[in-house]
Amino acid sequence: MMSSSTGAGVTGDRLAGSTGSGRSRLGGRWLSAGIASVLIAAVIGVATGPVPIPIWQVVLELLDRLPLIDVDSSLSPADRAIVWDLRAPRVVLGLLVGALLAGSGAAYQGVFRNPLADPYLLGIAAGAGLGATIAIVARLRDAVGFMDPVPLAAFLGALLAVAAAGTLSTRRGSTGSSATLILAGVAVANFFTAIQTFIQQQNSETLQQVFAWILGRLSTAGWGEVRLLAPYAVICVVGLLLSVGALDVLAVGEEEATTLGLKPRTIRRLILLVASLGAAAAVAVSGLIGFVGLVVPHAVRMLAGSSHRRVVPLSLLFGASFLALADVVARTVRAPAELPIGVITAFIGAPFFLLILRRQTLS
Amino acid sequence: MAVAWSNVSVVLGGRTVLDGFDLSVAGGSWLVVIGPNGAGKTSLMRTLAGTVAHTGTIRIGSEDAGGIPGRERARRLAVVPQHPVIPPGIDVFDYALLGRSPHQGLRFSPSERDRRQTLEVLHRLELGDFMDRNLDTLSGGERQRVVVARALVQDTPILVLDEPTSFLDLGHQLEVLELIAELRTERSLTVVSTLHDLAVAGQFADRMAVLDHGRLIAHGSPAEVLTPEMISNHWGVHAHTDVDEDGSVTVTVRRRQQA
Repeated sequence: MMSSSTGAGVTGDRLAGSTGSGRSRLGGRWLSAGIASVLIAAVIGVATGPVPIPIWQVVLELLDRLPLIDVDSSLSPADRAIVWDLRAPRVVLGLLVGALLAGSGAAYQGVFRNPLADPYLLGIAAGAGLGATIAIVARLRDAVGFMDPVPLAAFLGALLAVAAAGTLSTRRGSTGSSATLILAGVAVANFFTAIQTFIQQQNSETLQQVFAWILGRLSTAGWGEVRLLAPYAVICVVGLLLSVGALDVLAVGEEEATTLGLKPRTIRRLILLVASLGAAAAVAVSGLIGFVGLVVPHAVRMLAGSSHRRVVPLSLLFGASFLALADVVARTVRAPAELPIGVITAFIGAPFFLLILRRQTLS
Repeated sequence: MAVAWSNVSVVLGGRTVLDGFDLSVAGGSWLVVIGPNGAGKTSLMRTLAGTVAHTGTIRIGSEDAGGIPGRERARRLAVVPQHPVIPPGIDVFDYALLGRSPHQGLRFSPSERDRRQTLEVLHRLELGDFMDRNLDTLSGGERQRVVVARALVQDTPILVLDEPTSFLDLGHQLEVLELIAELRTERSLTVVSTLHDLAVAGQFADRMAVLDHGRLIAHGSPAEVLTPEMISNHWGVHAHTDVDEDGSVTVTVRRRQQA
C-alpha cells in the first residue's frame, strides 16, 4: 500500500507558490477581474453626470495623477474641477463603502458559518439608526457648526450596539458561543430599534430626514467624507486580509478549530471587531445600504470558490465596483433627481444574485 | 508519546458523564475504548482534545495537559472527530492542508513545506487522484480517508479517533482501520480510539478499556477484557469469543431468541 508516487507532475502543480493548480490559476484571473472592475467602475463613475466628460479624457486625467506619468487630458479647468472636486470624492466614497460592506459581510458569514449573516447582524444598523435619529431630532446639525454630527452619532451608535451584543453574550470572563452572540445581537437590535422608533414617532416633523438617512445615500461635499472613512477603511481592510487563513480554519467549526490549535472565540472576536469597525464607519457616512454585504460575498463564493483567501479580497474588490456602479445608476436614472442607492443595490443585486444562483443550481 | 488520565471527571448539564477516570497509555500502543451508547466514550476523547471542561489531570507526554498551550497541544495530538464538519465547497487538498494549521504562523498561511507534507500524506493514502475533488462529491469511505489524512498531515505523535468508522460498511471499516494500524507501526504513533463494534475492536486493539455509565469497568489486553461475561453484563448480548494466536479476539454475537 506504500506508494512513492509523489510524482513531479502532480506535485509541481500544487507546489508552485500559492497558485498553481487549475483552480488557483482561476483565482488569479478573478483577482485581475476584480481589480479591472474597480478601475472600470471608477472611470465610468467619474465620466457620468449632468456634464458629460468623454471617457478617454477621464482616463488620461486619472493617469496624469499617477507618479512619473505626465499626460495632457485637455480638460478645461471647469471640467477638471468637476472631476476632482465633485465626482472623484463620490466615486471613491462609493468604492470604499462597497468594499467595507462586502468585505465585512464575507467575514461575518465566515465567522458565524452562516450564509445569512451580514454586517448588520449584531445591531450595527439599529445602533447607527438610533444614533443618527438622535442627532437629527436634537438638531445637532445646527448646534455644531464646523462638522456634520450625524455620521459621528451613527458611528457611535453602531459601535455601542455591537459592544453591547458582545458584552451581553459574555459570562464570567468566558466568551459565549456564536449562537449566544447572534441572539444577543438580535435582542440589542430590537431594543435599539424600539427606542429609535419611539423617538422618531415623537418627532414626526423630522421623519423625512430620518427616513432619507435610513434609505442610504452617497453624497459628498468634497473629500471630507472620504477622509472620515479612510482610517477605518485601512484598519478594516488590513485586518480582514490578515484573517483569511484563520477564517478558513474556523470553517471546520469551533471544536475542530480548537484541535487545530486555534483559539476560536478569541479569533472570532478579533475578526468581528475589525469587520464591525469598517461596517460601522461605512454606515456612518452612507446610511443603511442593504444587500451589498450579503450578495457580493455569495456571488464571489459561487464564482471563485469558497476559500476565504479568495472570498475576502474578491468581496472587497467587487463590493467596491458594485456600489460605485449602483451609485452611477442612482444618480442618472431620474436625473437630476437621485434615487436612494439602497433601492438600486437591491433592484440590481437581487436579479443578478438569482441569475448566479440558478446557474449554480443547474450546473 | 504517552497519555495518562488521573481521576478525570466530566459533568455535562448536571450529569456526570465521566466519573474519576484513571488510565495510562504507553507510547506507541493502540488503546480502544469500548462501551455501550452513552457510556462517556466521546467525552473521554474530548478530554484529550481539550474541547470539554474536566476535573482531574491529564498528561500528554510528560506534561500536565492543562499547562500546554492550544497550539502546542495540536502539535502533539490530532483528532478525527465522530462527525467532522466539512466546509461547503472545499476540495480534498485544501481540507487536508488545514492539518498544518498548528505549524503555521498567526496568519495561517501555508508554506511550501506544508504543501509538500500534505501532498505526501495524500499520496500515501492513495488520495493523489482526488486532490482537486470537492469533498461533497466523495463517497463515505473516501471522505473518511480524507479526514484521517488531515489528522496525519498534522504530523503528531498521538492520534485520537472517535468512532472513525461509524458510517462505513464492513469493507471500508477494515480498510480505514488497517490503514491506521499500518501508519501506527510506520510512525510509532500512539492511537486512542473509540469503536462501537466489538468484533472490529478486538481485531485491532492492543489495549482495551471498557466504559459504562461514565466509569472505567475494566482494562487490559483484548483477551483479558473481551470475555462473554463482560459483553453480557454491559451490552446485554450473548457472545462467543476466541483468542487468536496474535492476541486479537474474535467476537461472535448470538441472537437473543431463536426462531
